[in-house]
Amino acid sequence: MKDFLYQQQWGWKSGGIALAFVFLLGITLVKPVGVSAQFVILDGLIWDLFSADIVVEDASSKTTYASSNAYLNKSGGKYAKNIAEPMNYSFIFVLAMVAGGFAASKMQTSDTEIVDPPVVWQKKLGSSTAKRYLFAGLGGVLVLFGARLAGGCTSGHMMSGMMQTALSGYLFAFGAFAAAVVTAIFMYGRED
Amino acid sequence: MTLLFAIITGFLFGFVLQKVGATNPQRIIDMLRLKDFHLLKTILLGIGGSSLLLFIFLGIGLVDASHISIKGAYTGVIVGGLIFGIGWAVAGFCPGTGIAALATGRKDAVFFVLGGLIGAFIFTLSYGAIKDNFLFAALGGNASLASTGNDKFTVLFPDTLALFVAGGIALLLIVIAWKAPEKV
Repeated sequence: MKDFLYQQQWGWKSGGIALAFVFLLGITLVKPVGVSAQFVILDGLIWDLFSADIVVEDASSKTTYASSNAYLNKSGGKYAKNIAEPMNYSFIFVLAMVAGGFAASKMQTSDTEIVDPPVVWQKKLGSSTAKRYLFAGLGGVLVLFGARLAGGCTSGHMMSGMMQTALSGYLFAFGAFAAAVVTAIFMYGRED
Repeated sequence: MTLLFAIITGFLFGFVLQKVGATNPQRIIDMLRLKDFHLLKTILLGIGGSSLLLFIFLGIGLVDASHISIKGAYTGVIVGGLIFGIGWAVAGFCPGTGIAALATGRKDAVFFVLGGLIGAFIFTLSYGAIKDNFLFAALGGNASLASTGNDKFTVLFPDTLALFVAGGIALLLIVIAWKAPEKV
């Protein structure tokens, strides 16, 4: 068991079973795992510091919170409430993910060297880290804009959604993989 | 109690994402350019395995049907998925793996997460202007293929045994995971 926890990388069978366990645990204990909405919550926490009407108490709203922003005010002020009360399941879940990723990387017996930019990137696009960081940031803009438009990301739509046989999960997976495969082959090619 | 569950499940998720190699953009990009299917096999087994067990657990009452949450299907799910896919290939991260990668000390993941916060903010500001257009036209609504026993959601195959529908799809995903080559 100790060796298993400390080894650098799991095979696809143990990795797949571990992933299945996490998604099953999430829905058994509370609700399906999801990540991308928490970017909105963190934005809202920052925005709230600068603007007084981003989260307000409102007895007539379903959640008793409301916002001057249409998205944060959606579904009875659902996001406004989570910004007002950030100690909630979904936000703590994402913070705990940071701790989990950190622990896993620290527990590795052999240190995996971080290759930055990745080798596949360097081959086509050069070794400039500034260029890589710019594109990682731009990619982030597209990923989170797309995820919020779709209402979920790889974890909420693809994994949790397809686990529950949700129609939206299959549609999202189809769209995401179609665009990603075309973009990846265009940007990086298929050469070794 | 729910916060304790959040800490346990979130910690495990971050831990597993690192252990399966999903925090390494090289592996994501190699999957997307159809060279290395290690991650794809992992994901397919993860979805298939959890789905099969979920519907067994729902059937015997081990999982409360009120925990089921079926997201809506509308035009924006596909359009958003396409935009997401472009960024996924450019960066080599998705929201969850970007956050876990940041924790392992990857600097590019820091920029990805900052970009993500900007992207989510642009959407937050745009929503009011786009919420009534074609992007939010229903495309099946909050529907699942198999019956989950939660009648808040629509079922597309209500007359077939849930375990038969969900189990069939799950086994298909597991067989693909099994048969797909590790490297191409």
